[in-house]
Amino acid sequence: MASMDALARLMRELEDQLVVCMRCGMCQSVCPVFDQTGREADVARGKLALLSGLMEQIFDDPEGVYQRLNKCLLCGSCAANCPSGVSVQEIFLKARAILTGYMGLSPAKRLILKGMLANPKLFDRLVEWGARFQKIFTRPVNDIIGTSCARVMSPLIQDRHFRTLAPVPFHRQVPSMDRPAGKSGIKVAVFTGCLIDKMFPAIAHSTIKVLDHLGVGIFLPANQGCCGIPALSSGDLPTFQKLLDHSLERFESGEFDFLVTACATCTSTIHEVWPKLADERTRDAATRLARRTMDINQFLVRETALKPLSKSAGKACTVTYHDPCHLKKSLKVFNEPRAVIKAAPGCQLTEMAESDWCCGMGGSFNLQYYDISKGIGMKKAAQIKDTGANVLATGCPACMIQISDMLSQAGASITVRHPIELLAEALDE
Amino acid sequence: MIADSLVRQFKTIVGDDNAWTDATDLHTYSYDAAVVDPVQPGLIARPTTIEALGKTVRLCNDNNLPLTVRGAGTNLSGGTVPLPGGVVIVTNGMKSILEINEADMYAVVQPGVVTAKLAAAVEAKGLFYPPDPGSQAVSTIGGNVAENAGGLRGLKYGVTRDYVMGMSFFDVEGNLVKSGSRTVKCATGYNLTGLMVGSEGTLGVFAEIILKLIPLPAHRKAMMAVFESLERASETVAAIIADRIVPATLEFLDNFTIRAVEDFSKAGLPKDAAAMLLIELDGHAAQVEEDAARVEALCRTMGATSVRVAQDAAERDRVWAARRAALSALAQLKPTLVLEDATVPRSRLPEMVVAIQRIAKRYDLTIGTFGHAGDGNLHPTILTDKRNHAEWERVEKAIDDIFDDALKMGGTLSGEHGTGLAKCRYLEKETSAGTILFSSRLKRALDPKNILNPGKIIAAKAYL
Repeated sequence: MASMDALARLMRELEDQLVVCMRCGMCQSVCPVFDQTGREADVARGKLALLSGLMEQIFDDPEGVYQRLNKCLLCGSCAANCPSGVSVQEIFLKARAILTGYMGLSPAKRLILKGMLANPKLFDRLVEWGARFQKIFTRPVNDIIGTSCARVMSPLIQDRHFRTLAPVPFHRQVPSMDRPAGKSGIKVAVFTGCLIDKMFPAIAHSTIKVLDHLGVGIFLPANQGCCGIPALSSGDLPTFQKLLDHSLERFESGEFDFLVTACATCTSTIHEVWPKLADERTRDAATRLARRTMDINQFLVRETALKPLSKSAGKACTVTYHDPCHLKKSLKVFNEPRAVIKAAPGCQLTEMAESDWCCGMGGSFNLQYYDISKGIGMKKAAQIKDTGANVLATGCPACMIQISDMLSQAGASITVRHPIELLAEALDE
Repeated sequence: MIADSLVRQFKTIVGDDNAWTDATDLHTYSYDAAVVDPVQPGLIARPTTIEALGKTVRLCNDNNLPLTVRGAGTNLSGGTVPLPGGVVIVTNGMKSILEINEADMYAVVQPGVVTAKLAAAVEAKGLFYPPDPGSQAVSTIGGNVAENAGGLRGLKYGVTRDYVMGMSFFDVEGNLVKSGSRTVKCATGYNLTGLMVGSEGTLGVFAEIILKLIPLPAHRKAMMAVFESLERASETVAAIIADRIVPATLEFLDNFTIRAVEDFSKAGLPKDAAAMLLIELDGHAAQVEEDAARVEALCRTMGATSVRVAQDAAERDRVWAARRAALSALAQLKPTLVLEDATVPRSRLPEMVVAIQRIAKRYDLTIGTFGHAGDGNLHPTILTDKRNHAEWERVEKAIDDIFDDALKMGGTLSGEHGTGLAKCRYLEKETSAGTILFSSRLKRALDPKNILNPGKIIAAKAYL
């Protein structure tokens, strides 16, 4: 390990961004992790103070700071509520990269990120094998939500009720597509995203169906990869860059007006993170693509003639909507998904309390800190149940996984859907 | 360093999960929201019961460990910055609202209850807890009482002090002391409650607090008036009061702040306006409407270039969004923000605003001023970068001058932020040598080992 002096020099890159925090502490009112633990090191102000501390060399060892820095959902609630406008997520991602570079990735993360995620083809194959064998280890537990749990005690699964891998991932069903613009005169590129491809192919099918219905052309390149956020949040900048290169290669060649995704986290990563963390060689290309990137709901409402479908069709259902942090707080997208739900006939929208409070998923945070993640998620589940709705809609597959787990464990009979699925279903009828 | 055996004793009292000595944890309790140097404590304790709280205090005293109580750490005068190697007692393990009594209109709370959560719980029952400090979304009642926090509604409703009916607290030896009552009237014993409010953790540690509640006003009306000169704006404030109307809030923004807010939020504020008043009336609907019409007419007579009266909740929100954005808008301009709260008698407000502008010029500093015009509590906000040492020296001189001018006008160093570390060396200027001596003797009598948040209010040098 290099000296703390060298680390302090690296941290100084962040100095101008770190001094913006005036320690007012307002982040305490919105941080879902702090709400559970009440510890200052778990809230943005505390973490920013720790990073300043590294810069000022007040610690003998960076391990404690590294641990606390990783105990964060990267939900961005603090940044959205920050009076001084501190770029919290950008600072945390850069700091994770610096500290990981300094301390090295854990062997498990090295295997998953560098060994699997960085090679999209290999990753796809491994997941397909997983999908074949998952039934041996798991059993269905809630038919309405579609969750399963472990057949026997498992240290990995614990008491989770999880959504299983799709038997056939989306890219096997629809490997690629290139259709010209129809009556809308618009053509979009579709970035599928890992979770939609491997767990929720129905969301991708729904996206295609709705775009077709509206006469929007589609460019869906083959062999898509991950947006890179799992690598980046683990501080693995090289893998992030490799995945970014992979995506740029696939999308740069296509002709389209917008890039859309149905995953809040992918959209926010492409839109907000790519331009800031791409290397110099790819920054311009990443920025150009980012500027054209939109959430699917946002695209439908702003760019197409989306009208409520006829009232006659559609099953009557009451829907409540959860705001994914990466849509509402990162991209200020919250009216559009609601408009999409209202456009689906028969869907009655009813609001839950604190619809924009984080669900507690946070990617690998859920694996590392399941107790806290579950504490946050169960609060969300209770607020969903209180609405009496029979459908929970949300614009992010990661939130869908977490909320499915929580609702299933709470014994609820509430289906978990993406707004685009509700709209596509109405087209069927 | 606190010895392992002593750490174990703290853990026995508060539980293993609630006593922290890790270097990283300690660092995150070394600061509050004031611009003062951080100080590393030796242990953080988070008691979850009254018994554990009392025992923690006693253990500190028995072992000569200085002790600082911390709510949300939003203090703006350094009152929650600990002593080197001392103990920080975090109150967020005790955040229950114990009772809201509608018949007798009071609430009993633990010190860690968040102000805005209490306000919401009380409002759900049609009652009202008026003190609304700027940090209310995170600040705690314990902290508000210890600092005698204010807020936007001071003019009509007073400050935290006016709502504390009684409390129980631990003395430095861990004995439980009770003072005040659940009754409106209470004439027994010393007024220890009065002594404890604003004592900044230097005399005892709060266990439970009884707060007065009042009926929730049925109706509210907000308006925004723009002025071409500072004098016009403050004469309007005087005219409203002279007309025997007491608005719930009467807020002031100077030109620099107006420009910053407009650049920040594009709310359509006039960037050339010298000053703006944001006014809200509340109470019975008919009375509010009548008073609002009179205030609007007064603003126009006094020369307001425009008056916008909010017609619905959305417009009311827009009026207050401008005020809420003030601190953010200023904070984004420079890395370091020093938020002062020198306060003068209401009638001297225009003079004070001019004095602040003169000081900004004298020391070549950027100062935006906004604040509570109705009660003379201004927030001159100095924008700087603490890393620029030359400028920081000028900032310190400017603060001295602001205090001098406020005192000359019969004002006070702090309307609502407290004395803490930041202002204790000026306290004698505002009061007298006798005051410091009296306070110092009081402190020594109640806290012989000087354990309870030493160095706050009474400067370490002044302590006898």
